[in-house]
Amino acid sequence: MSSIKCECGHLNPEGTDICQNCGRPLSTEEKSKKLADMRYDGAAIRSKTHKRTVVDKIWNFFSSVKVGVSIIIAILVASAIGTVLPQVFYIPGGGANEAQAAQYYEDNYGIFGKLYNALGLSDLYGSWWFMTLVGMLGISLVVVSLDRGIPLYKSLKNQRIDRHPSFLKRQRLYGEGRVDDPDAVMKKAAEKLKGQRYNIREKNGALLAEKGRWARWGPYVNHLGLIIFLFGVMLRAIPGFYVDESMWIREGETLAVKGAPGLYLENKGFTYDMYTQENTDEVFSEAIDRVGTVASNYQTDVALYETPEGALPGSTNAEFVKEYSIVVNKPLKHEGFHIFQMDFKLDEISAMTFALEHKETGESLGELTVNLANPEKEYDIGNGAKVELLDYYPDFSGFEDGEPQSATPVPNNPAFLFKMTTPETPEGETSFVAIRQTLEPLGENTYKLSFQKADTRNVSGLTIRKDKTIPVIVLGGVIFMIGVVQGSYFNHRRFWIRKSEDGKIQVAGHTSKNWVALQRELDAVSDYAGLPAYTDQRDKEAQTDKMEGDSRS
Amino acid sequence: MNLVDLSGNLLFVAFIAYLVGTLLFGGAVKGSKNEASASNKRWGKLGITVTIIGFLAHLGYFITRWMASGHAPVSNMFEFTTAFGMLLVGAAILFYFLYKSPLVGLFALPIAIVILGYAAMFPRDIQPLIPALQSYWLTIHVITAAIGEAILAISAVVGLIYLLKNIDLTKKSKERAWIEFIMYTIVLVLGFIVISVGFRAVGYEATFDYVDKNGAPAEVVYHNPPLFGMNEYSAKTEGTMEPLAEMPPIINAKTLTTFTWSVIAGTLIYFLIRLISRRRIAELVKPLAVKANSKLMDEIGYRSVLIGFPVFTLGALIFAMIWAHEAWSRFWGWDPKEVWALITWLFYAAYLHLRLSRGWEGRKSAWLAVVGFAIIMFNLVAVNLVIAGLHSYA
Amino acid sequence: MTKQQEREKKRKRQQIIRTAILAVLAIAIVYTIVVNVTKDEDIVEVGDTAPDFELVDLEGNTHRLSDYRGEGVFLNFWGTWCGPCKKEMPHMEKYFKEFEDKGVNILAVNIAESDLKVQSFANTYGLTFPIVIDKTNSVRDAYNVRPLPTTFLVGPDGKVKKIIQQEMSEEQIKAYMESIMPS
Repeated sequence: MSSIKCECGHLNPEGTDICQNCGRPLSTEEKSKKLADMRYDGAAIRSKTHKRTVVDKIWNFFSSVKVGVSIIIAILVASAIGTVLPQVFYIPGGGANEAQAAQYYEDNYGIFGKLYNALGLSDLYGSWWFMTLVGMLGISLVVVSLDRGIPLYKSLKNQRIDRHPSFLKRQRLYGEGRVDDPDAVMKKAAEKLKGQRYNIREKNGALLAEKGRWARWGPYVNHLGLIIFLFGVMLRAIPGFYVDESMWIREGETLAVKGAPGLYLENKGFTYDMYTQENTDEVFSEAIDRVGTVASNYQTDVALYETPEGALPGSTNAEFVKEYSIVVNKPLKHEGFHIFQMDFKLDEISAMTFALEHKETGESLGELTVNLANPEKEYDIGNGAKVELLDYYPDFSGFEDGEPQSATPVPNNPAFLFKMTTPETPEGETSFVAIRQTLEPLGENTYKLSFQKADTRNVSGLTIRKDKTIPVIVLGGVIFMIGVVQGSYFNHRRFWIRKSEDGKIQVAGHTSKNWVALQRELDAVSDYAGLPAYTDQRDKEAQTDKMEGDSRS
Repeated sequence: MNLVDLSGNLLFVAFIAYLVGTLLFGGAVKGSKNEASASNKRWGKLGITVTIIGFLAHLGYFITRWMASGHAPVSNMFEFTTAFGMLLVGAAILFYFLYKSPLVGLFALPIAIVILGYAAMFPRDIQPLIPALQSYWLTIHVITAAIGEAILAISAVVGLIYLLKNIDLTKKSKERAWIEFIMYTIVLVLGFIVISVGFRAVGYEATFDYVDKNGAPAEVVYHNPPLFGMNEYSAKTEGTMEPLAEMPPIINAKTLTTFTWSVIAGTLIYFLIRLISRRRIAELVKPLAVKANSKLMDEIGYRSVLIGFPVFTLGALIFAMIWAHEAWSRFWGWDPKEVWALITWLFYAAYLHLRLSRGWEGRKSAWLAVVGFAIIMFNLVAVNLVIAGLHSYA
Repeated sequence: MTKQQEREKKRKRQQIIRTAILAVLAIAIVYTIVVNVTKDEDIVEVGDTAPDFELVDLEGNTHRLSDYRGEGVFLNFWGTWCGPCKKEMPHMEKYFKEFEDKGVNILAVNIAESDLKVQSFANTYGLTFPIVIDKTNSVRDAYNVRPLPTTFLVGPDGKVKKIIQQEMSEEQIKAYMESIMPS
């Protein structure tokens, strides 16, 4: 590894732009510039110091800001493409079935939709290449931060107070001139700068005033935050760190909480409220008139139970923990699990009431109510009559080989096979009762069961989440915010003042940003101490047009 | 006068004040050779005073509406856009005091006026909150995000000034075409306002039955002549215009119709302006920008991104994630609005990196700032109205 | 040691650090991607110990999976409405008789249906093997059963030998039962 020797005798690593000791320009590129490149205080970015092995090549690739920005742009464009059509997890059915999802895209969006899905764009954010891009961004963040942060840190830590005159001359704010009493001027300047809360160091007739150096670490702190954030997201892949389930639970049911072994929920009732003219403030009346129904609340009242440690699935010894009303925005929280109100179905049939009637006279012997969740075998109607429930078909879908079929276990279209026994018909009559349909498979009956009413209940859709990565994510977010505030709202300002033997004073200033404020401070110091006038060497227009923000104008 | 009426009146006062403020700032820029002269100061002071009065009235609208409805007025398209306009003016005032440049006010106010006009085209009634929005995070997340966006928008305003000053409009170039395109899009928004106000004034209404994308029958009311019909439409109102074409179910023909009318009206206005003035709009505006100090504009643009970026991150991403975690059970779900907030964030991150490490200053930086604002507007307008997602409340 | 050597040493150390950092990052990313792309939702996999449970059958007897340790268990999840279940149940009944004495048991877990419905089904098909009802879905969740029928073959050692997520033919049922016979 070669190095560059400065005129002052200091050995700088290859790639250094400005001598880390005295501040003279080193590289030919740097020498050709009118102003010093102060981005990393002229320190060599590590990746530039040598390029040899494959590892170095990869390292250098990720160390490039150009590559980093390219990755950012690639992620940006990919993300945008993913919003053109709804992603697969937002389509009905959630894309659990691939063929169904493909059909959905073709049906709704034609050839474009078909192509979109076929190219994998319908699950873009879960695709390997998108994750690879995000991963590359992560690598870039690590490499860039190490490569730039460390040399910058070293450079600022070891910076010399008495930089070479050429270094000062090449700063953006620069002035020089003769003063009557250089020592007095320097003393007064130091005094004023101290008042502006600068940290003053002096050596060999040179003065370095510095403040807010920590603002320079902002970018590296926020990169660190992002790295931690991405690491947190990555942790989700590890089994047990992330639970994401959903379940339907009917009013009155007690079910195991999916994804949370040992927890049971009882649905004590689902409420769906709407805003009406009557129950709402007058100011909303116009909107309610215009829009019609607006939901005001979705709520599932639940009781939570938990089995003791070590209890087996299926055991019934769960103990009551608490009651809670799950509302949108207010999930039930227990042992790291969050249970959310996500969906609902209204009015599922839960019970049906029939009357046992004589077909000719229409005389009723009494009524029976079948609880669909737990039908009984036999219903005693009184008056010596009883009805036996031989079989029950929750979602009657027709006959197959003479057998009634049920398509699902959900009571969408309940049908019953009853045997009715009355004093008049002691041997019993069989009747198949479905909605708007009654069959008498074993011959003409004397009695019939006529439908009286149906009771309904609601079904709550709940989502269960547990995310152990949240603390890591939060930590990453907090560090990112700290870094971004540190780097954006604070700035690193430096002034160099130097007197030469012939009574000349040089003054130079640099800030990481907000030059207007730096000038304001320098103006105050100049006024007080009588420093030579300075110019902004970057500002071409300033010669003809005075700065507007200038406090002296 | 009840709170709701008071609120409406205050908004009107703000609107008028912004118009007057624009003229005063115009005087400040026009009446002086360079920006720092004495007459500039007088006009500039008047301008900023009127602007502050307008802003206070606007704030008054915001607070009284909040009091009337019981929730922060940022829950639908009208409320959010109006609040965004207010914050944009607020950000302009902030930068006026940081840099004392009347130019920022001169260009920010008209943009705020157009934004307010756009907002007024949406239903203005006070709506009760749906369950998903019943959270204090609505206030925190939306307002912080809007503040961030408003500050970022300043970079686009000064970017525009920079470009108007520095692009040579006498020679044909890509840049000249693009800057004219920006002017044209602003005129399109005016077209939208003209169309909406015009058809509303004559009370145009046409009702159609149609079949929605789930195959269910639905009804739609057009407020302008239906150029495009919804899927399997049939007219309910008699004597309306027959739609020129029927759209497939996934396309909202009503939105498309309004959009097309806006483009027609906007284009007409645009060509009218060009015909009368015999110049490009950019050329018409350029004299207002030539006195700008390019370096200062560049500095303000960079500063506003630096100030706005952390606020935007906090409001549009971090607070958004916290709320999403509470309401939707996950802190991130790739909802289009979320994704576009991420895109905005990535874009400004790229801006900062390009500026800091690759020296993209001046013209390149100004273009980036303008594009950034376009992304913010896309997220506000297109994502809400075109790309349906969880955030489509308007 | 000369300066040259010192530098060379420093360079080598840096090489090692760089290689290590890149390797760790690459492994972490590849692992994440592989896990996410090949996301499978099976909680119970072949070779795992079958999660223990206890459920009550139609006669009121409690069945605990671990009580059958040392014997094979033909663990079948089913529903009365499910067509394939109806077809395979009679075959299961046939081989239940044959393999009962050979140390292979059948445990049919119904998913949360009513007693009446399950009883009438058992009567219709004349089923004599134990049928338990998972009223709270807790056993279904523990095995993460999605399609019905799903059958887990549990060996005498309590480990899952095979998971069948479709209808089984008569021959298959026989072969499966033989496969979990205690030797």
